[in-house]
Amino acid sequence: MQPNTENDLECIRIQKHFGSVRAVDDVSFEIPKGSFFSILGPSGCGKTTLMRMIAGFEQPSSGDIRIKGKSVIGTPPNRRNVKMVFQHLALFPMMNVYENIAYGLRCAGASKDVIRTKVHDVLERISLPDVANREISQLSGGQKQRIAIARCMVLDPDVLLLDEPLGALDLKLREAMKIELKLLQHQFDTTFVYITHDQSEALVMSDNVAIMNQGKFVQIGTPQELYHNPSAAFVAGFVGDTNRWAGRVTRVEGNTVEVETEAGLAMRGSIRGAGALGVGDKVSAFVRPEFITATKAGTSAGQTGTGQNVIDGRVDSILFNGANSRVLVRDRAGELIEADVVLTGGPQDLKPKDDVTLSWSPEQTMSFKA
Amino acid sequence: MMQKDIKRLSLILLFAPFALWIVLLIVLPHLGMFYISLREKVAPRTYEFGLENYINFFAEPIYWNTLIRTGSMSLLVTVLALLLGFPIAYYIAKIAGHRSRGALFLMCLIPLWVSDLIRAFGWILLLRETGIISSSLQWAGLVNTPVEFLYNDATVIMGLVYTVILFMIVPLVSTLDGMDDSMIEAGYNLGGNGPTVLRRIIIPYAMPGIVSGCIVVFMLTAGSYLTPILLGGKNSSWFTEQIYDQFITRYNWESGAAFGFLLLAFTSLVVWGGLKLSGQTLNSTVARS
Repeated sequence: MQPNTENDLECIRIQKHFGSVRAVDDVSFEIPKGSFFSILGPSGCGKTTLMRMIAGFEQPSSGDIRIKGKSVIGTPPNRRNVKMVFQHLALFPMMNVYENIAYGLRCAGASKDVIRTKVHDVLERISLPDVANREISQLSGGQKQRIAIARCMVLDPDVLLLDEPLGALDLKLREAMKIELKLLQHQFDTTFVYITHDQSEALVMSDNVAIMNQGKFVQIGTPQELYHNPSAAFVAGFVGDTNRWAGRVTRVEGNTVEVETEAGLAMRGSIRGAGALGVGDKVSAFVRPEFITATKAGTSAGQTGTGQNVIDGRVDSILFNGANSRVLVRDRAGELIEADVVLTGGPQDLKPKDDVTLSWSPEQTMSFKA
Repeated sequence: MMQKDIKRLSLILLFAPFALWIVLLIVLPHLGMFYISLREKVAPRTYEFGLENYINFFAEPIYWNTLIRTGSMSLLVTVLALLLGFPIAYYIAKIAGHRSRGALFLMCLIPLWVSDLIRAFGWILLLRETGIISSSLQWAGLVNTPVEFLYNDATVIMGLVYTVILFMIVPLVSTLDGMDDSMIEAGYNLGGNGPTVLRRIIIPYAMPGIVSGCIVVFMLTAGSYLTPILLGGKNSSWFTEQIYDQFITRYNWESGAAFGFLLLAFTSLVVWGGLKLSGQTLNSTVARS
């Protein structure tokens, strides 16, 4: 096979066993040059093991890892041009900022002048030109983050691995760092591989996201694809908020199905994912809150188009969060359904105990074979 | 008001044992010794105040040679204990699994359950002319005549290293334990090889533990008496033996007290020099671990 040099990183059928446990099971992917790739999965899904194999701290049981088209199996970690930002950053506390960044260059045998220019360059690029002589303990959380990235980027790596580096930051800083990371990636034009269990981090920053579960890649795609066209029930449930029903197929008609949920609710949905559905099959149906329209009962019942799923219910509570406000509606079967609403603060707003009609299109009812 | 008094009283009560210990057992005897060391014996039961005892020490080469010898051999013991103890501590803290760590630590502690004296006699059983090693060698046909392993410097140093190495391992394990494994991985990831990671990351990180272990080991070695005497015999010329001779054999308390203070001053000077050289302070080392 001709090695593809357009890809910074390729993994081919990687497996890793720990005893009888398959931590990483037959994972293949390729990351084109200069893109931001995230691996998103719940804790314990094997994403950290996968990253450690790319960095060289673990050896895969089988399969091949190629960096810039060259296999790195058997190459020790210090000879791979893959740098890593650790979960707790692992900045060296006994060195100051300058020494931390210069460490890698020293290991590579760069001359003093080269080191000085490169360190100052990279500090300039992360917009922290004045911190060279600070001790690590004198930096703020966000600054440490940037120094950890600079320490890797100064070595001009082919791939930068980031292992949930935002986990330790508080919420506000985390939001700011998400944007900053994306900007830094653009600026350095290096391939970033970002590992996280936080879907919003993955969706906001990535060009492509791989959803990982139980050691396998479930789906790889752009954030939009994963959100709107999940290929498996796990992806639909894991990415984004969603209402979920378990039920059985009562009728199949082309690409649409009629589903009766366990609580006795009837709705129409579109078939997604692999595997044909037949009458009597178990299904999981997913509807995102933003596709459900909640209107006060009686006011605009006629406006719902034909073929929509329509359910009556009563507002249980309002979850006010500015533009992302939601209502929790209890349907006749007693289940809670989430729907996005616009709350203007006026008298037309929904209030708890209001009777409401919920409607959504079958197209947005993603039905997977369970 | 009442509350405040009770608080103060409990503070005093908590502090009292420590204060009593320091004052009664450390400060007062030392003051007494210092006073004795400044007395010159001019005639039986007549004393004059002066520095004669200290001057004697410097005038007689055998005395200060012994002190220098004790100091340098103690330094050698410290270095050997560090070289041997570091890999052991690294293994316990970083390589051994969580379950075996406790067992390994316990194994390091076991020698402490037996008194110094018994352990020294254990060495004697092994190393003397009719001891186990000598007779094994004869039995194996490697030597023809009994070999005496006791009463030389190498044996003294080996015995001392064995006695004190634990005090090197404990502070090293506790500092290395506090080091995040990802720090070492980051060292490799950024391009460092094994020796670089050891020299630039692990050792600088463990420096407080290294210095604190060295201080304790050096002080214990320089002030030890049993091991050098029992394993080194008359040839060991350990400075503590000189002090013992002055006090007990020659019944010259004045001179013995002066020697005691000279040993204290000498070891303090070495420790101070070591701290200056390594750029550490007492606060960052001994007080931390």
